[in-house]
Amino acid sequence: MKARVLIRPKEGILDPQGKAVERALPALGFEGIGNVHVGRMVELEAENPERLAELCEKLLANPLIEDYEIQPL
Amino acid sequence: MIWGVLQFPGSCDERDALNACEVVGDEARLVWHEDRTLGGGVDGVVVPGGFSYGDYLRAGAIARFSPAMEAVAELAATGGPVLGICNGFQVLCEAGLLPGALLRNEELRFVCKQADLLDDQGNVLSIPLKHGEGRFYAPEEMLDRLEANGQVAYRYADGHNANGSVRDIAGVRNERGNVVGLMPHPEHAVDPLTGSTDGRKVFEALEKFA
Repeated sequence: MKARVLIRPKEGILDPQGKAVERALPALGFEGIGNVHVGRMVELEAENPERLAELCEKLLANPLIEDYEIQPL
Repeated sequence: MIWGVLQFPGSCDERDALNACEVVGDEARLVWHEDRTLGGGVDGVVVPGGFSYGDYLRAGAIARFSPAMEAVAELAATGGPVLGICNGFQVLCEAGLLPGALLRNEELRFVCKQADLLDDQGNVLSIPLKHGEGRFYAPEEMLDRLEANGQVAYRYADGHNANGSVRDIAGVRNERGNVVGLMPHPEHAVDPLTGSTDGRKVFEALEKFA
């Protein structure tokens, strides 16, 4: 199975990357954009998709600071 | 006592860590990351600074799966001393041997400077720090628990928190106290030539667990 895993900072955790992007936007003429968050995306092919969640918990994401979402492709 | 200093691909402070162990009067030897045992006689471990496995994914995320880390976990479980410095601190957090996580510095800049730390004995330690991902984070309830248990080992003095760590936390220990991690580099502060010898105290504080 092909899948895409989206990993994003947990809500409420200071996300300086998102803030930096957000602050840069008005200078480029993009007004009215807020709540920017920067995460990671991992694409993979899994022979045992039932173990994907475990893989995310153990390696791809750090559950203390990040949420993840598995999207089958 | 004899310290084993781990060496991962991408470690860069293992030589200074070896030297620091010797300066405080102990023996030390390198332990390669693929080794499944720490070697005979080793009764403490330093997980040194650097960029293990290129810090890919998250700092410390890959290194925690190396064979040598299983031996470190066994030593930690039996109460032996384990000191994680900078990247080593990140590795110990990722491995679940220490609470919390290290995030990108608040200002998104790599910081490299001398900082004052406070230990829980009331000492002020002048120790250099150099990192891009050193912002200690833990959820509020975990922080309260760490403080109640005396698990905050080192704090940045007022005005010295260069990375935005919550509650000025520079280093923590496990409940038993034998596993300690911190972002600043005590191994770079053991010789008067480089301005401070306060780093020796960080190594000496763990010797009692050997």
